[in-house]
Amino acid sequence: MNVPDDLHYATTHEWLRQDAGTGTVGISDHAQHELTDVVFVELPKVGATVQARQQVCVVESVKAASDIYSPVSGTIVAVNDKLTAAPALLNTDPYGEGWIYQLRLEATGEVAQLHTPDQYRAQLAGA
Amino acid sequence: MVDFGGWSMPVQYSGIIDEHHAVRGGLGIFDISHMGQFFVTGEAACAWLNRLLTNNVERLGIGECQYTFLLNERGGVIDDLIVYRIAEERWLLVVNAAKIDENFAWMQARLQGGIDFMDASDEHAGFAVQGPRSAQLFDAFFGGQHRQPARNEILRIDIDGEPYFIARTGYTGEDGFEVFCVAGRAVRAWRDILSRGAAFGIKPCGLGARDTLRLEMCYPLNGSDLSPETTPLEAGLSIFVDLNKPDFIGRAALVAQKAEGVKRRLVPFKMAAPSPPPRAHYGVFKDGVQIAETTSGSLSPSLQTGIGLAYVPTALARAQETIEIDIRGRRFPATIEKKPLRRATA
Repeated sequence: MNVPDDLHYATTHEWLRQDAGTGTVGISDHAQHELTDVVFVELPKVGATVQARQQVCVVESVKAASDIYSPVSGTIVAVNDKLTAAPALLNTDPYGEGWIYQLRLEATGEVAQLHTPDQYRAQLAGA
Repeated sequence: MVDFGGWSMPVQYSGIIDEHHAVRGGLGIFDISHMGQFFVTGEAACAWLNRLLTNNVERLGIGECQYTFLLNERGGVIDDLIVYRIAEERWLLVVNAAKIDENFAWMQARLQGGIDFMDASDEHAGFAVQGPRSAQLFDAFFGGQHRQPARNEILRIDIDGEPYFIARTGYTGEDGFEVFCVAGRAVRAWRDILSRGAAFGIKPCGLGARDTLRLEMCYPLNGSDLSPETTPLEAGLSIFVDLNKPDFIGRAALVAQKAEGVKRRLVPFKMAAPSPPPRAHYGVFKDGVQIAETTSGSLSPSLQTGIGLAYVPTALARAQETIEIDIRGRRFPATIEKKPLRRATA
């Protein structure tokens, strides 16, 4: 499974890319593989505030509906509208075109509590 | 991998949608070793099976099969299964994995003299080869040495001294074969079929595609669409119930239900606007009132829209009736459709 080195990971298989006070969130390669073909993404609302580990949106595969949890707290500033027409981007490019939303970080200190790539790899190896 | 009736089984190999299209457009193979096999042998077997099952086994010639139900006294479904007449006085029943023990105990408790009744599930493996190219693979596999079974026919073909039962049946709506062999031959048979099928684009398929394919055809899944609380009449499957044959378990309840009028019907529906895929146990609404709960639901890879099944009041059980499906608190429009939701590949 692909676990890029420049990202932070939640135990619930979301990733966070931090750029100063802004974070971009998506699901990991492992998560998209486990979900199987993603056929629908219920995006969060821009302007909504979310808490770390709070359910923020739903990703549906043919198999099942899965909750997505925000890795960190903040205010949602953008969502990836492309996923409405092309939900399979989560499968084909989970770390790029398949990003789900961006948020303004409420407390950058939360980022340090997420898994490092090595920790996340260890989690996957143990799973 | 998921647990399915006590078996660890793959949901998918290459992907549910990919596997689904392989079966609709070409060829797929499913491991159905989880399914149960019972053998019933004896002079009295025919009458005994007719007393336990809803369809009329007397109609079967040697090598023929039929879809049928095992009912409780209330007319509720214990299991749906296929019964094959493999010899004049020998029958093969293929039952659902999760129901093997329950079915066997139910039947064993009602066993009569002169019948040999055996659960051979553990000793048998099974595969379903499904898709419009199945017949081509059959001929390539056997090099024209064996004739193909006809629709709903089962043949015994011996390979290296071991018997293989090959039936022209399936759960996808496509042409295809179901093969049962001794478990020790399973891995080799699976590899042989995959290797000979490569020229026809065969793909291994998991439980995910098995579900989307059967749902498009509106084939019920026991435990979801059928249960001890639902009857075959409510499920719209009365053609597999022969009320004119001698008495069978559940018959009195079905006759009474028919006389009173069947109050609800299992119908397929299709989402009428973009929506998340419906799932089992979602609320079904009509004019703001909940009238049912879905029993199955999924995205249909062929139709590219959400589809499902639900038991709705008989008055609403007609094609083009509009309903709403509650998906996480939001209601999305859907229409009731005729069976099947998708026709088999011509």
